[in-house]
Amino acid sequence: MGGIHPCDSKFARECPIEVLPLPNTAYVSMAQHLGAPAKPVVNVGDYVKVGQVIAEPGGFISAFVHSPVSGTVKSIGPRADLAGNSVTHIEITVQDDEWADGIDLSKDLVTDIPYTREEILDKIKACGVVGLGGATFPTHVKLNPAPGKVAECLIINCAECEPFLTSDYRIMLERTKEIIVGVAIMQKALNGCRCVIGIEENKPEAIDAMAAAVAQLGFPDIEVKTLKKKYPQGGEKQLIDAVMHRQVRSGCLPIDEGAVVQNVATALAVYEAVQKNKPLITNTLTVTGDSIPANRQHNYLFRIGTPLSFIIEYSGGVPQTTAKIISGGPMMGKAVANIDAATVKGSSSVLYLSRKATLRDEPGQCIRCGRCADACPMGLEPFLLLRLCKAADMPQLEENAVQDCIECGCCMYSCPSALPLLDYIRQGKGQVMGIIKSRNIKK
Amino acid sequence: MTNTIIWTIVVLAGLGLVLAFVLYLIATKFKVEEDPRIDEIEKVMPGANCGGCGYAGCRAFADAAVKDTTLEGHFCPVGGDEVMTKVAGILGIEAVKKAPQVAVVRCNGTCENRPKTNIYDGAQTCRIKAALYSGDTACPYGCLGCGDCVAACQFGAISMDPQTGLPVVDDSKCTGCGACSKACPKHVIELRNKGPRSMRVFVSCINKDKGAVARKACSAACIGCGKCAKVCAQDAITVQDNVAYIDFTKCKLCKKCVAECPTGAIHAVNFPVLPPKKEAGNEQ
Repeated sequence: MGGIHPCDSKFARECPIEVLPLPNTAYVSMAQHLGAPAKPVVNVGDYVKVGQVIAEPGGFISAFVHSPVSGTVKSIGPRADLAGNSVTHIEITVQDDEWADGIDLSKDLVTDIPYTREEILDKIKACGVVGLGGATFPTHVKLNPAPGKVAECLIINCAECEPFLTSDYRIMLERTKEIIVGVAIMQKALNGCRCVIGIEENKPEAIDAMAAAVAQLGFPDIEVKTLKKKYPQGGEKQLIDAVMHRQVRSGCLPIDEGAVVQNVATALAVYEAVQKNKPLITNTLTVTGDSIPANRQHNYLFRIGTPLSFIIEYSGGVPQTTAKIISGGPMMGKAVANIDAATVKGSSSVLYLSRKATLRDEPGQCIRCGRCADACPMGLEPFLLLRLCKAADMPQLEENAVQDCIECGCCMYSCPSALPLLDYIRQGKGQVMGIIKSRNIKK
Repeated sequence: MTNTIIWTIVVLAGLGLVLAFVLYLIATKFKVEEDPRIDEIEKVMPGANCGGCGYAGCRAFADAAVKDTTLEGHFCPVGGDEVMTKVAGILGIEAVKKAPQVAVVRCNGTCENRPKTNIYDGAQTCRIKAALYSGDTACPYGCLGCGDCVAACQFGAISMDPQTGLPVVDDSKCTGCGACSKACPKHVIELRNKGPRSMRVFVSCINKDKGAVARKACSAACIGCGKCAKVCAQDAITVQDNVAYIDFTKCKLCKKCVAECPTGAIHAVNFPVLPPKKEAGNEQ
């Protein structure tokens, strides 16, 4: 249902992953995951090693945070994040590159999975692994379905449906076998359910490589499935529809339909956590955009906490024709209001967009063409929701399922009048979610 | 022919009488006793239905005021003491006096003082802008300038000044209902006592950042230096989280702090322009 077909613009797809050098100072955010922010467990002046725990989970849905560098903790305090809002950060001055004990830094592939389900979940939790598809939901929570719910199918999201981004594509080519082992580990954590790896058809090399690796490693019940190229194919509910032909009902979770969706980068992080004891302190990020020349596009393996400004400087500065820098994909990513902000676990790109590609036109009037309703992958009526949001009509908004919006931006992309549909809908969704939440608490 | 007309009239008249009797019975049976004072109070209310009192409208306020035995906690900011005295008269109890209040914009981040650091091209409402990010200037606390307060005001008392990009409150029209203050996602607008002849002294900044950071973002920011608190003889000024606040119930409008403030973050409004040698008129 719905969806749009933007030009995929994957300019950096042929750029191999390079290792980004260490920054002088790393700023580690305490709110890198969905849920409660982590609580720092180190003090100013402490010496920390790479991979050492520096913050504990602040609640059930929360995650450990590890030091991405080794050096001295310089300060712990509020610092502006990407959007300019104050978030607690731990500032670490980099001294050397000393890793904590027990982390296997060799490149050898470990295919044996001698651990039980509980051991796997504990390891994932201890390594602070979160979903790297964008929502950064703690992985150990997602892999541990609520009592009574059974996972029938593990879906690995390799769609990378956002234009421009190529980091997932690169790891699929360069670290294929590790990913497959990671997938098998997650499969084991879910009591050996079926697994489907969904890859969009515009990445034939990745499909071949993944299928070959699956055949070679010989894990049972893993299948590679080619998906149509469409945005938002990588959305959780869209992926379940495409792979399992089931629709997740309004207000339900994927697990209610027997599905668990994990991102491909998460599979790699799970592999590193379980087989190598390596916490989630590195991730892959694409430096790309339409205002940057082809020879300056890169895929980097970066340490989490590296300031964006360091990456920008290292990759040659902001191109002159740039109008907006985005962290994440062009559809769902966030515009960077503060380039001194630090990268977080979920950072997937530094995207330079030109004025033509990004700045919005002056909004006009709704001409009732219905393109937004056609484009909406959740079957909502954005034009109606816009009107209801403007009128702050919460009961009607809830009736029209504003809480099902996945904020993919298809409505706004397809609107010929350049109406700020998602801006308003996101607002209304937030309020309706708040109402539903308080109602559930009352019950 | 005549017969038909007569019968029609008789039948309709009869039907009317029967139904009138039924209605009378129902009305007596299901009569709701309503205090006549509710109607009386509603008549003296301003009728703006602004919600400034905390109730859905003037009728709801009247209802609540009659049900409660005291007027404690019931105050119509639009009508002020005048209306409340009338309400108290109807109820036969003593009115609770409250100084008239006015909305005060506690941000002086004009385009000059607070340069823009990025361009915002999303939906032009403060609420959405605040949910997305910290705003298009380096100050994450100040006015966002999209005018949600202007839209919220039912009395036409707030307008955006295109020169400064900040809202301006018209004291004569502002009723102190607080709708703007509730609409502001950054809580920039505060209700303060109107003061004698509308004279007020207030800190026009709510930036909680450290002095250097705040100053870098906006040249008119309160840097939390505390000079004003030292000079204040009334103990009306407190500095908390790097920002000064003047307690309007203690302030005696001496304006010493205004002269002391290094960034000009403290504003004194509606004071008569006097020759510099004599300022006795302000010291009450």
